[in-house]
Amino acid sequence: MRVLKMQKENLMVFLESIRGFGELWGVVDKGNRFVFDKLDDLSDYDFKPRKPMIPPKLFMHPPKFSMFRFNEKGYEAELEEIPNRVIFGVLPCDIHGLLILDRLFGAEPPDPYYMKRREKTIILGLSCVPGDTCLAKATNTHVVEEGFDLFFSDLDDYYLVWVGSSKGDDLVRVQPDLFEEKLEYKDLEKFIEWKKDRDSCYPVDFDFTAMPDIMELSYNSPVWEKIGEKCLACGSCTMVCPTCNCYDVVDRLALGKFEGIRERHWDSCMYKEYSMVAVGHNFREARSQRLKLWYTHKLQGFIGQFGKPSCVGCGRCVETCPVDINVVTVAKALKGEPVEAFWNR
Amino acid sequence: MREVVKEENPFIPEPMRIVRRYNLIDDVKLFQVRAVDMERALTLRYLPGQFMMISIAGVGEAPFSISSTPSRPGLLEFCIREVGSVTQALFKLKENAQIGIRGPYGNGFPIEKMVGHDLIIVMGGLGVAPLRSLLYYALDNRNQFGKVYLLYGAKRPAEMLFREEFLALRERDDLECLLTVDQDDTRDWPCHTGLVTSLFQYVKGIDPHKTYAAICGPPVMYKFVIGQFLKFNIPKHQILMNLERRMRCGVGKCGHCVIEYIYTCLDGPVFSYWDVIHMKELI
Ligand SMILES: Cc1cc2nc3c(=O)[nH]c(=O)nc-3n(C[C@H](O)[C@H](O)[C@H](O)COP(=O)(O)OP(=O)(O)OC[C@H]3O[C@@H](n4cnc5c(N)ncnc54)[C@H](O)[C@@H]3O)c2cc1C
Ligand code: SF4
Ligand code: SF4
Ligand code: FES
Repeated sequence: MRVLKMQKENLMVFLESIRGFGELWGVVDKGNRFVFDKLDDLSDYDFKPRKPMIPPKLFMHPPKFSMFRFNEKGYEAELEEIPNRVIFGVLPCDIHGLLILDRLFGAEPPDPYYMKRREKTIILGLSCVPGDTCLAKATNTHVVEEGFDLFFSDLDDYYLVWVGSSKGDDLVRVQPDLFEEKLEYKDLEKFIEWKKDRDSCYPVDFDFTAMPDIMELSYNSPVWEKIGEKCLACGSCTMVCPTCNCYDVVDRLALGKFEGIRERHWDSCMYKEYSMVAVGHNFREARSQRLKLWYTHKLQGFIGQFGKPSCVGCGRCVETCPVDINVVTVAKALKGEPVEAFWNR
Repeated sequence: MREVVKEENPFIPEPMRIVRRYNLIDDVKLFQVRAVDMERALTLRYLPGQFMMISIAGVGEAPFSISSTPSRPGLLEFCIREVGSVTQALFKLKENAQIGIRGPYGNGFPIEKMVGHDLIIVMGGLGVAPLRSLLYYALDNRNQFGKVYLLYGAKRPAEMLFREEFLALRERDDLECLLTVDQDDTRDWPCHTGLVTSLFQYVKGIDPHKTYAAICGPPVMYKFVIGQFLKFNIPKHQILMNLERRMRCGVGKCGHCVIEYIYTCLDGPVFSYWDVIHMKELI
């Protein structure tokens, strides 16, 4: 992959120079949380890595949108109004999250809503500094090789910039003089040093490789009942997880005439209605069963199929669940390790 | 309005028209529908065991098994029970009303593998919906299959779907059509009385390794019927069943039908008993 070098003071100039490619978005500090917002004014922006509460899946798979309109004449897809966007500061774990969603929504037949938004969204990745809850090293999602257009590795004095797509190359060509083509050996050395340092900072280490077998053996584990008793079925874990994609569909009619939209909105397998079928028969009545589905899907199904968990180690469930039900506490408990958590008190 | 080509958006339903509908029993109707586009109506391909998403704009959509056989192209048939919002809205529609349909979806029955084998089709209640397709496919291609058994159980004669149709099938000598009711409250039911499992005594002379079994019915039925097939020594991967899960998309995107990492809408709804043993939550 092509790697360039960029002096730090050039980043703002660069981002200003590519505004023609679409709305510029980044993660901003809203006091009690980090969220994606439009970056209309870069003069106060600090370009630091931040983990947004809701991952970037919200750009390709919005929490709520209209799939099509209908009236007596028929249906019309709503794909016209999707804006071009440039997202700055997408972290490695979240890029891995997008790669997993790409696989799902891109599989035959591809989902035109996700694909179109993905196509119209430019991803500018940014290297991160692990926070208290990150387990990306354990899930091997702390480095990325694809899924972005440009990726900025912050080496304190300057950035190394990986060009990940032809669109990324177009961006560089807008003002090529902002980048240095020639990398010296010491730049790579610095990068390796930086990476070594960073990799030693991950607070959570856990070996997921045996999880599929552990899950298989844990089908009747008392852990499920225990967390099932404490789970509030609030669905927060699924909203914040970068690889959760479930949705529900509802039709909305305009008052007084035959005209409306079919809307898609995020759903959660933690809600009771999720697996309900006709005549009220529910395949997963108990919360413990719904939790089991989630963890089986994250930690067993995907590893079995693709050799890695569909957890990308972002740590959001660790931060979000009010009763400490998360990949770390659950995986540890299933492995028989002691667990300090609200649900285990 | 711009006509959207179906290929570019799998979520846009195709316009279809209700050609005929009639009551099968109290709360179950048969709907015959045809694509508005005649060419599409005649070229629509599907397999027995596949399903389609039926849409009523403004109300929603839901999955329904195709009850007709692909060996009789032109019309699609759905056997539908009124249970909720979509089905209620559908029941209010009359002949010539337009509805939206997308699909066919799902794996369907592995017809290529089943060819050359004996067939035992066991259905209960609304389980008729997908299996009627398989039954008529086999009867329309009679020389491709060995013996064909149809075992169907209903609670009472009045609750037997396609009762006259199946009673008439008993006249055929290339099919063993065994019908039963749990209770005969009419006192002139011409067939067997008892649970569907009690019909197995009439299944004779099959070679288990050359037999495919297909089951669809209420959840309680599976365990007992599978037990019978295992007694016959039919291999686990040749015992097939249609399973029902909540579905929102039919194309592996919405997540609703997931069991472990299996998508019922893509990898199912037809599963073998072997799959079921692997996937703890299938039935
Ligand atoms: C592969 C497949 C094939 C099928 N084939 C057939 C078929 O051939 N014929 C047939 O009749 N059916 C079939 N079904 C079942 C059919 O899709 C369902 O019955 C469908 O739900 C009907 O849609 P509806 O909008 O009428 O019902 P809904 O409005 O969805 O309601 C159905 C029932 O579920 C309960 N329910 C739903 N949502 C909730 C909620 N949020 N809270 C509480 N209760 C709720 C309601 O009590 C109601 O009784 C099939 C299903 C699958 C998956
Ligand atoms: S399971 Fe938890 S840590 Fe893993 S990707 Fe989802 S939210 Fe992040
Ligand atoms: S596991 Fe935690 S976050 Fe998820 S639904 Fe239960 S209580 Fe809410
Ligand atoms: S029905 Fe949506 S994933 Fe299967």
